[in-house]
Amino acid sequence: MTYFATIMLVFRKDLLAERRSREILSSMLVFALLSVIIFIFSFELLADLQKAAFAGTLWVSLCFAGTLGLTRSFSLERENNALAGMMLSPVDRSAIYFGKVLANWVFMLVLSVILVPVEGFFFNLNPFQWATLGIILLGTLGYALCGTFLAGITGRLRNRELYLPILLFPVIIPLLLAAIRATSAALNGGAAGEIGTWLLLMSGYDILFVAVGLLLFEAVIADA
Amino acid sequence: MDSITKKPFPRALLVLDILAAVSLAVALWMALVYAPRELVMGDVQRVFYFHVASAWTGMLGYLLAVITSIAFLRTGKMNLDVASLAGIEIGLVFTALCVISGSIWARPIWNTWWTWDPRLTTAFIMELIYAAYLLLRRGVEDPAQRARLSAVYAIIGFITVPLTFLSIRIFRTIHPVIFGGEASVGSSNFVMSSQMLQAFLFSLFAFTLLFAAFYWHRLRLGLRQQQIEAIELQRRQDEEEE
Amino acid sequence: MNITSTVIDARGICKAYGPRKVLRGLDFCAYDHETVAIMGVNGAGKTTLLNILATLLAADTGRCTYFGIPLKNHEIEIRRRLGLVSHQTFLYSELTAEENLLFYAGLYGLLGREQLAAQTLELVDLKKQRNQIVRTLSRGMQQRLSIGRALLHDPQILFLDEPYTGLDQAMTGRMRALLKQLAESGKTIIMSSHSFQEVSAFGTRALFLHKGVIVDSVDLAGMDEDELAQRYRTVVQMGAQG
Repeated sequence: MTYFATIMLVFRKDLLAERRSREILSSMLVFALLSVIIFIFSFELLADLQKAAFAGTLWVSLCFAGTLGLTRSFSLERENNALAGMMLSPVDRSAIYFGKVLANWVFMLVLSVILVPVEGFFFNLNPFQWATLGIILLGTLGYALCGTFLAGITGRLRNRELYLPILLFPVIIPLLLAAIRATSAALNGGAAGEIGTWLLLMSGYDILFVAVGLLLFEAVIADA
Repeated sequence: MDSITKKPFPRALLVLDILAAVSLAVALWMALVYAPRELVMGDVQRVFYFHVASAWTGMLGYLLAVITSIAFLRTGKMNLDVASLAGIEIGLVFTALCVISGSIWARPIWNTWWTWDPRLTTAFIMELIYAAYLLLRRGVEDPAQRARLSAVYAIIGFITVPLTFLSIRIFRTIHPVIFGGEASVGSSNFVMSSQMLQAFLFSLFAFTLLFAAFYWHRLRLGLRQQQIEAIELQRRQDEEEE
Repeated sequence: MNITSTVIDARGICKAYGPRKVLRGLDFCAYDHETVAIMGVNGAGKTTLLNILATLLAADTGRCTYFGIPLKNHEIEIRRRLGLVSHQTFLYSELTAEENLLFYAGLYGLLGREQLAAQTLELVDLKKQRNQIVRTLSRGMQQRLSIGRALLHDPQILFLDEPYTGLDQAMTGRMRALLKQLAESGKTIIMSSHSFQEVSAFGTRALFLHKGVIVDSVDLAGMDEDELAQRYRTVVQMGAQG
C-alpha cells in the first residue's frame, strides 16, 4: 500500500471509529463551551476588555478541549492492542502518525466551526474574516501535529490523561501565542504584516512537527 | 559485582571539586568586591555576573541532554540515558537560578518582579518543559521504554525553544511593555568596564567548572543506580527460577 | 522426502526488559511444511520470542533472516508474509467485523477487499456477524475474527500465541483442522503452548524454552503425549542442574 494510501486508510478508520461512538466530539464540545463561559465570567464585562479577550478565550478553550480528543486517539489503539496489528503490517510507521494527525485535525476543525460563532455570539462581535480562517487552519493543524505525537508518547502510561497536558502545554506555547495574537490582530484590524508574521511562525512550527513525526514517531511506538 | 563498592573515588574528580569550589569563591569575591559599582543600577547589578553564568550552564546542561538523547536513540546504550537525565536535572537547577536572579535584578530597577524579557520568559518555559520531562520519567516503569520516551521528549522540548523565543520576541516588538514609567524592552544595557568584564568572564569559567563537577558526580551516581538495579533484578530473577 | 527450505533463521537473539534478561543468545530455525511448538513455563519468554520472530518486537541483539532475506532494511516486504495471532485481538471495538477486515486488507495492500473479507468471515464462521460491532461479539467470536485477520493476507508463516483461548471445543477442532491444512499446503506454523496433548497431536516439532535459550528440539513423529511430557521433564531438570 502506498504511503499516501496508508495515511488515508488510517485517517478514515479513525473518523469511522469516532462516528460510531460519538463519544469524543460531544465531550470536547461541552468542555470547550464550558471553558468559554468560565473565561467570560472571569473577565470584567466591559466591552473593550471583552473584545481583547476573544482570541485568548478561543484558543485556550480549544487547547484544553483538544486534549480529550488526543487521548482518545490512542486509547482507541490500546484497547485490543490494535496498534500492534498496524505495526505488524507492511506499512511505514510514520504513515500511521500522519493518518491520526489528519483525523485529529478534522476533530479540531469541527470544534472550531462550532466554537467560533458561539463565542462571537457571546462576545457580540463578528469573527468571520478570511484571515481568521487561515489562522484556524494552521493553528489546529499545528495542535494536531504536536498533540498526536505527544499522545503517542503518553498513550502507554497509566495516567495518560494527566500527563498529556503537562507535556503538551509548554511545548505548544509558540503556536498558541502566535494563534492568539494573529486572531486578535485579525479581529481588531491589525496590520496584514503582523498577521503574516504570525502565520509564518505557525507554518514553521507545523513544518517542524511534520519533520519530527517523520523521524521520531517510530521510536515512540516501538515495542508496543 | 564487588567492583561497585571497591571502585576508588577518581583523583581527577577530587581535583575538579576543589578547583570548582575555589574558583567559585574567587568569582564571588570578584563580583562583590573587585568589580566596580555600576553607576546607574547600583549594587544590584552584581547579580548580573551570576545571572548570565547560570543561564549559560543551564543551557549547557540541556544541550548535553539533547545530544546524549539523540545518541541514545541511535545506539540504545543505557549510559546515555543517565547522561541525559543528569544534564536535565542540573540544567533545571541552574536555569531556576537564572530566572530567580533575573527577577531579583528586575525588581529594584524596573519596579516589577517580571519583565517578560524574551530570554527570561523562554528560560522559564524551558523549566516547565523539563519539569514535565522529570514527571514523564516517573510515569514509565520499564527502564528501556522510559529512556526512549524521555529521549524523544527531551529532543522535542529543545527544538521548540527557538520558536518559543521567537514568538515572545515578536510579541514584545509589536507590543512593547512599559515599566516604571518609561518605555523599555526590559532588558539590560550597560557599559562594562574591563574589571567588570574580567569578573563576568571568570564567573562563566567558575560556573562551568561547577557544572562539570556536578555533572560528573551525577553521572557516577546514576550509573551506580543502574548497576544496583540490575543486580537486584538479577537476584530476584534467580530466586524466581529456583 | 519433501524438499524443505528454511523460512526463518534467527541467531543470537537477546532480549532484556531493563535489567531483566528474558532471552539469552537464542538460536531458532523453522522450515516450511512444519508446525513448530514452543514449550516452556509461564514467563519463560514464549510470547517475547514469538513477538520478536513476528517482528513486532525488536531484539536487543541478534540477526534474523526470513526466506533468505535479512530482516534489517527489508522489514516491509517480510511483514507482508507473516501473520500473528495473539491473545490480544488487534481489533477495533467500535468497528464491525467486516470493517475491521477491510481495514487490515487495506493495510496489506490487498485487492478485492470486499470479497476477501467475505471469504474470511466465512472461513471463521462469522458470516452472520458481518455487520456486528466487535464490542458486542463474544470473546470466542472476537478470537475467531482475530484469526481471520491474521489469515487475510495469506501469510507464509503464521505465529500463534495461545490461540485457542476463548474458543470452545468445536471451534478449536475446526481451527486445528484449518491450521493442519495450511501446514500441509506448505505454510509454516509456529505456536506457543503448554499442553503436551495439543503439541503431540498436532505439531511436527517441539522446542523447549528454558531460561532464555532453546534447550531441546524434539521431532514429534510417532511421539505421544506422555513421552513428550517425560522428555520435557528430563531435559528441564537437566538444565536446572547444568
